[in-house]
Amino acid sequence: MHPIIKLVSQRLALGLLLLFGASALIFGLTEALPGDAAQAVLGQAATPEALANLREEMGLNRPALTRYFEWLGGILQGDLGQSLTNKLDIADSIGNRLGNTLFLAFWAALVSVPLAIFLGLLAVRYRNRWPDKLISGVTLTTISIPEFLIGYVLVYFVAVKLGMFSPLAMINDSMSFWQKLNSIALPVIVLTLVVLAHMMRMTRAAILNVMQSAYVETAELKGLSNFQVIYRHAFPNAIAPIVNVVMINLAYLVVGVVVVEVVFVYPGMGQYLVDHVTKRDVPVVLACGVIFAAIYIGLNMIADIVAILANPRLRHPK
Amino acid sequence: MKNIPISAMIGLAFTALYFIVAIFAPLLAPYGMAEVVGDVWEPSSSQFWLGTDNIGRDLMSRMIYGGRTTIFIATAATILSFVTGSILGFLAAVLGGWADQVMSRTVDLIMSIPTLIFALVVLAMVPVTIPVLIIVMGLLDSTRVYRLARAVAVDIAVMDYVEAAKLRGEGQVWIIFREILPNALSPLVAELGLRFIFMVLFVSTLSFLGLGVQPPLADWGGIVKENKDGIVYGIGAALYPAVAIATLAISVNLVADWVLNRTTSLKGGRG
Repeated sequence: MHPIIKLVSQRLALGLLLLFGASALIFGLTEALPGDAAQAVLGQAATPEALANLREEMGLNRPALTRYFEWLGGILQGDLGQSLTNKLDIADSIGNRLGNTLFLAFWAALVSVPLAIFLGLLAVRYRNRWPDKLISGVTLTTISIPEFLIGYVLVYFVAVKLGMFSPLAMINDSMSFWQKLNSIALPVIVLTLVVLAHMMRMTRAAILNVMQSAYVETAELKGLSNFQVIYRHAFPNAIAPIVNVVMINLAYLVVGVVVVEVVFVYPGMGQYLVDHVTKRDVPVVLACGVIFAAIYIGLNMIADIVAILANPRLRHPK
Repeated sequence: MKNIPISAMIGLAFTALYFIVAIFAPLLAPYGMAEVVGDVWEPSSSQFWLGTDNIGRDLMSRMIYGGRTTIFIATAATILSFVTGSILGFLAAVLGGWADQVMSRTVDLIMSIPTLIFALVVLAMVPVTIPVLIIVMGLLDSTRVYRLARAVAVDIAVMDYVEAAKLRGEGQVWIIFREILPNALSPLVAELGLRFIFMVLFVSTLSFLGLGVQPPLADWGGIVKENKDGIVYGIGAALYPAVAIATLAISVNLVADWVLNRTTSLKGGRG
């Protein structure tokens, strides 16, 4: 077999194994910790008899391992079970919200990735001069503030004081595409600011690392302009680390989205998860947790595979 | 100590200021933490320096007490995370073999789930109290410390002086605490600052989501949650924690940068 195909399929298998492990870990946690779904329905003051009856009815008194495989089998067939609080099918409730969340994350990625790479290149080109210092200063500040506070600062100054964009990101199916974009503008800006900082700093570091190698010095000495050195010699060699950085940050976006959705009351997965954590609705929390973990693991796996494809040195493990 | 750069001095001064305010909060706060003293969302005045909050409590006092809660939880969780993470990391490096494999793969598995999501799953099951928060945050974060500690310790464990200690028959405890720990301390200390900031952001986020510190106890994330409805009316009460968290984070970062630079220059043999 071709070594690349072999390595890539190894990565895929590892990703699947990790996914399986993560689902077992999340399920196991809800088993190991005190309190279960029956307790959540009846509350702390429930009598032991009522608890036992409800456990019987919900099938909670069967062995954990049986229930885990039933649950896992259900997920694979698209059946996520029923919510405790409103008895609705979880898959139905999530379907629309997952689409909304991906819509938000997609636009945030579309804005932030090119911008981060451009700013990273700019910072390297003007290293230790004012553009670099300005970019570093601004990104250090955005890293130091949690997402939800960046959100409220923007709502306060942009939406309320300047009257641009809406402070709440309500979207529904009857809205046109442009209306939707206008309404998610602020959350997209917040998410962009959050991942931009990380992505830009890591891009800058990756390119600076390459800039110190001998072939870049040769290129400089033969009289190429600064941008040409970066564009022709440094950038191609920095692609692998940059792609890695981008993927890690897209995975980070998945988490950032949870908080940002709550700030802007956006009807997505994150808000759904947080709502049901407060209501102690275990089946919903399990389902959302596994979906978020799956997206996160998937993106990290893609990052690994792209790194292998882009960097020939990784194709020959020691 | 005389050639501390300006940025690190500023960082140290602000960090110290925040910790002093946190420790002496009851002496410094003009009003009680949950004491209703005025009207709802009064603007700042000589009586209430930062105005009042959504139910008429003095915001200055809330911020001071809130800083105390936030900094206390973040500090406790950081200590827990460092003690657990570094001891397990050193142990993995010293023992090697299957013990190292088991620990490292478990950490890989835990880190494959986003920290916030993991914390939310746990907090959906257990009652949210301050000790629970500290344990959940500390243990989740110890995975990162573990990786760093193990990576550093693996390099140290093959040094001649560790070999010498093994040959003269010292036990594992001696090797971990007397041989590896002193030599692994500098990178760990630099990391300490970053982990602390991460904890401050983490506990603020959880409180903002309503799953952290519970009212009436004040903390910075909770203050945002309580006052967020005022923002659309142009009342900036919810934004003060942003300033507090950002200045604390930046000053700790400045100190951590300085420690990191100092330790790398030590390695370069310049100092």
